[in-house]
This record gives sequence, structure tokens and C-alpha cells, in this order.
Amino acid sequence: MKNKEVYKIPVIIFLPIILFFVSFLIGRYPISPVEVVMTLLSPIFPEFTISSTITSIVFDIRLPRIIAAILVGASLSIAGAAFQGIFRNPLVSPDLLGVSNGAGFGASLAILASSSNVIIQILAFVFGIISVSITYLISKSYKSGGILVLVLSGVAISAFFYALISGAKFIADPYDKLPQITYWLMGSLSSVTLEKILMIMIPIAIGIGILLFLRWHLNILSMGDEEAQSLGIHPEKFRLITILASTLVTSAAVSISGIIGWVGLVVPHITRMIVGPDNRILLPASLSVGASFLLLMDNLSRTLNAIEIPLGILTAIIGVPIFLLLLRKGYSEWS
Amino acid sequence: MNKLIEAKNISFSYQYGESIFENVNFNIEKGEVLCILGPNGTGKTTLIKCLNGLNNVSNGEINIKGKSIKQYSFKEISKIIGYIPQQHTPTFPFNVFDVVLMGRSPYINLTESPKEEDIKITEKALKTLGIYNMKDKEYTNLSGGERQLVFLARVMAQGTEVLILDEPTSHLDFGNQIRFLEIIEKLAKSGLAVIMSSHFPDHAFSSSTKVAIMKNKSFIDFGKPNDVVTEENLKKAYNIDIKLLELDNRKVCVPIKHI
Repeated sequence: MKNKEVYKIPVIIFLPIILFFVSFLIGRYPISPVEVVMTLLSPIFPEFTISSTITSIVFDIRLPRIIAAILVGASLSIAGAAFQGIFRNPLVSPDLLGVSNGAGFGASLAILASSSNVIIQILAFVFGIISVSITYLISKSYKSGGILVLVLSGVAISAFFYALISGAKFIADPYDKLPQITYWLMGSLSSVTLEKILMIMIPIAIGIGILLFLRWHLNILSMGDEEAQSLGIHPEKFRLITILASTLVTSAAVSISGIIGWVGLVVPHITRMIVGPDNRILLPASLSVGASFLLLMDNLSRTLNAIEIPLGILTAIIGVPIFLLLLRKGYSEWS
Repeated sequence: MNKLIEAKNISFSYQYGESIFENVNFNIEKGEVLCILGPNGTGKTTLIKCLNGLNNVSNGEINIKGKSIKQYSFKEISKIIGYIPQQHTPTFPFNVFDVVLMGRSPYINLTESPKEEDIKITEKALKTLGIYNMKDKEYTNLSGGERQLVFLARVMAQGTEVLILDEPTSHLDFGNQIRFLEIIEKLAKSGLAVIMSSHFPDHAFSSSTKVAIMKNKSFIDFGKPNDVVTEENLKKAYNIDIKLLELDNRKVCVPIKHI
């Protein structure tokens, strides 16, 4: 086992870096690898500038999308891995507690009010956090509030916000706002800008930082609450911190990408099969695999067809078969 | 002041439900092994979980090293008391080493990971129990006996003074039961206090210094094995006739068949 892992770590580290550079080559306007490297270095060495067109394509069009895909993929994946640990279930995804539908409703509200892109993003982020907070508070209001009550409140709140989204769609102007809401819900990175990315950087950095700090203790919580407590961990508090950090990260990601399913479920799964269940390695590895996966998906979404395929559709269409294949190959571990 | 754990008149009942046990008294010192016997559903597990704060008693007081359990944090308790639950539902296939390493959790800050010293202590615990060779195996693929040894190694890595075991032998075969009890006896001789529940009165003779018999919400007797494990008490506890036989200076319990 240990010997086989020697080559895995460098692959996992370099995969997103290689994909990062390759992604600049993909697109309608052909740019060579040399041109990409030179243009990327041109802010520091102005003499490397090739042409203003290439500079604009690299920095204004391709760079924001690439960074966004990396951030969103890494965020959803690490949050998924953390949730799978604290809920002791390898089939859990980061929107378990209602964050996606909450964010979706926030975005729908902003679209209905004809708000700017920035407001759409802020409302999506805020409502993602609100929905998880409601879920958590409801589960706490029950005396017997354990994991199961928390998960069930998540299902309920998620369904509730889904109903609100449907309500928003129902009253939306069918020629203008309805398509905009629908398109947002499908998930896409096509309208990402560097400003939008800067806005989500801070919550994502804080959330990922917290999760990485806690990662060894996640192992202990995944042994069950009683064992965790007998090993000196306060299970409720620990779970709350993890949920807060994961929600921060997921809401921020969803606020610029819309709803992108399956990444937070499939990527931690794949990563666990590669590096094993120890969260000390699993969490950082999920960041890397998640970033690579979504970057690849986004490259496909903008090149497969003349009209862009929404990212959420692609991640599901490709994620589901991968997931089913994984189930077949490796699920015996959890039977 | 040698009392590691002292239970004074403790009772437990669920919020709106019936009481599980009432007015239980006992204490345990260094090097002692307390075996709690009793039929299914008398509340042995509930009682045991009160001792390390997994359950909170409704009445009475539990003192750990002379101080009320309420004054301890979970972390402080976990440095004194180790616990192996009766049932463990595995989720992720951690390898044996990582499971035993978890025993170091009370000494590692929330934001940190285990250090060189923790790894050494973990290796030592694995070697002491003779399971170092399986350190890279997935603990989910082990047999019941091996897995119980892994959990025992984890508690040893935890470095506690008291060991609480909830029916530790119930999933083990005949040979492993005896081997496990021998390890427990050795640990007690090295200074650990052990509290365990069991379904086998014989275990009380073979490895315990104190025995409690629990029935109808309370201890019906508590004391040395020879005084407590009597034909009379066993009949009261299990409602069957049991004969005590002497075998090589040791007593064994034999149930008498009902006709």
C-alpha cells in the first residue's frame, strides 16, 4: 500500500497545475503554449506581450474561468469530503443541509428584482448560509437532535426552498427572467469575472483553512459520537464548526457557479479510492482532484458544442456514470 | 484518596421515561477489576456510560479522582478514562495504525495532527498487544477478536488510568475470550483500574477483584467474587438454577437444565 502511494502524491499535486496551463490552449481562438506562458509572464516582463488580443483573451476571458473552475471544484470537493466524515456516510454531498436550494432561491429573488450580477451573487451566498442555519437550528430545537434529525431537517428545508424557487419561477417573466433563473440553476461559469472571484476568495480561504486544520480530528468524529467523546472531542461542537466552515465554502462557490451537482459527492469518493480514508491526506487530495475534475468539465462545457453546455448538466451526465462505475468496483469496502 | 471512580447513590432516568437504575453505589481503585453481571436490559450499558460522561446521571454523584465529574471537560475525562463500546459500526476502512493513533486525540490540539511522539506511543501499543504486523491492514476486514485487540491498543495509546469495557468478550470465540481476559488481568496488574460488564459469571472468578450483580434497577450485591457470585444470587439474577463447582481451586458456574 505504502509503496504504491509514492507516485500518487506527485500526480495529485501536478494534475491541476498541468490542467491549468492546458486549459488556456482550449477555446475558439487558438493560442500556442509558448504564447500562453509568455502572456502570463507579461505583467512582470512587459517585453513578453504578444498582442493585445491575446492578452485580453488570456487575462479577461480564460483566466477568470480557469480560476473559478479550480476554486469551485476544490471547494465543493473538500466540503463534500468533510461532510462525508462528520455524517459518517460516504454517500453524502455538501448540499445535504439545503445550501444549494437556499442559494438558488437567493439568486432567483435577486433576478426577480432585476438586480445586478453582484447582488445575485451576494443573495445566493447569504441564502445558502441562511438555509443551513435554519436546518441546524430546527434540529437543535428537538431534544433528541442527533445526526438523523439534522439530515432530515436538511431534506425538509431543502425541499422548502425548492418550492420557493418554483414559486419564483412561476411569477417570473417567461421571456426574460424565467430563462435567467433556469440558466442560473443549471450551473455555469460563463459569466465569471475577476471581481466576482475576488469576492469569494475570502470566505473560501477561511473555510478551507479551517477544514484543513481540523482534518485529523475528522477521522475521530467519523468513528461515531460516543467514541469521539470518549477520545476527548466534543462531537456537537466539532460538527458545528465543520458545518460552518463547509457551508461558507459551498455557499461562496455556488454563488458564482450556480448549482453544480455530483462534484461534491463523486470527487471525495474517487479520491478516497486513490489515497485511502485518512482525512489528513484525503482533504488536501480532494482539493486537487476536485479542481482538476471541474476544470476538465468546464473545458468540455465550452468546447463540446457551439453553444455552451451548462456545467451542472455536464457534471451530472459525466459524474453519474463515474459514480456507478465506482460503486461497482469499490463499494464492497463499505458493505 | 485512592478511589479513581466513586459512584454515590447514582440514578438514571430518561427525560420523560422510566428510570433505568436507582441508588447505585460503588468505587474502584488502582489495579482493581470490577465485573458487572446482570441479565439483558438491566441497564449495565447505561450505567457504564455514566462513568465517563457519555450519559449524565439524574441523581447522585460521580467522582473521578475525588473531584465531581461535572468539573471535568470531555478532554480531561478522556485522559483518565478509556472506553471500548459494545458495538462499533465501521464507516470508512481506516488502517489499523490510524485507528490506534486516534487514541492520542486527548493530547493533540484541535488544529494539529499527531507528532513523532504520538506515532512512537502508537507503535508501542501495537507491539505490546502483538498486532504490530497488522498495522497496515484495514480494520474493517479484521475478525471480531482482532478488532477488539485494535480497540484495546487504541485505549492503551490513550494512556488512561481507568478502562471501561462494555461486554468486551461478547463477540469473541471461546479461546479469544480467555486470551482477552488474560490481557485485561495483566493490564490491571500493571496498575490500571478496569470496569467491565459481562454475561459470563465465570469471568468474574477468572479475572475480577470485585463483582456487582445488577437486577431490577439496582445492584443486588457488590463485593469480592467469592462472596457475590453465589448460587443464590445467580438464581435471583438470571431466574435459572445454577450450580457452582470447584475445579482446580477455581469456581465455575454450571446451569442446571429445567425439565
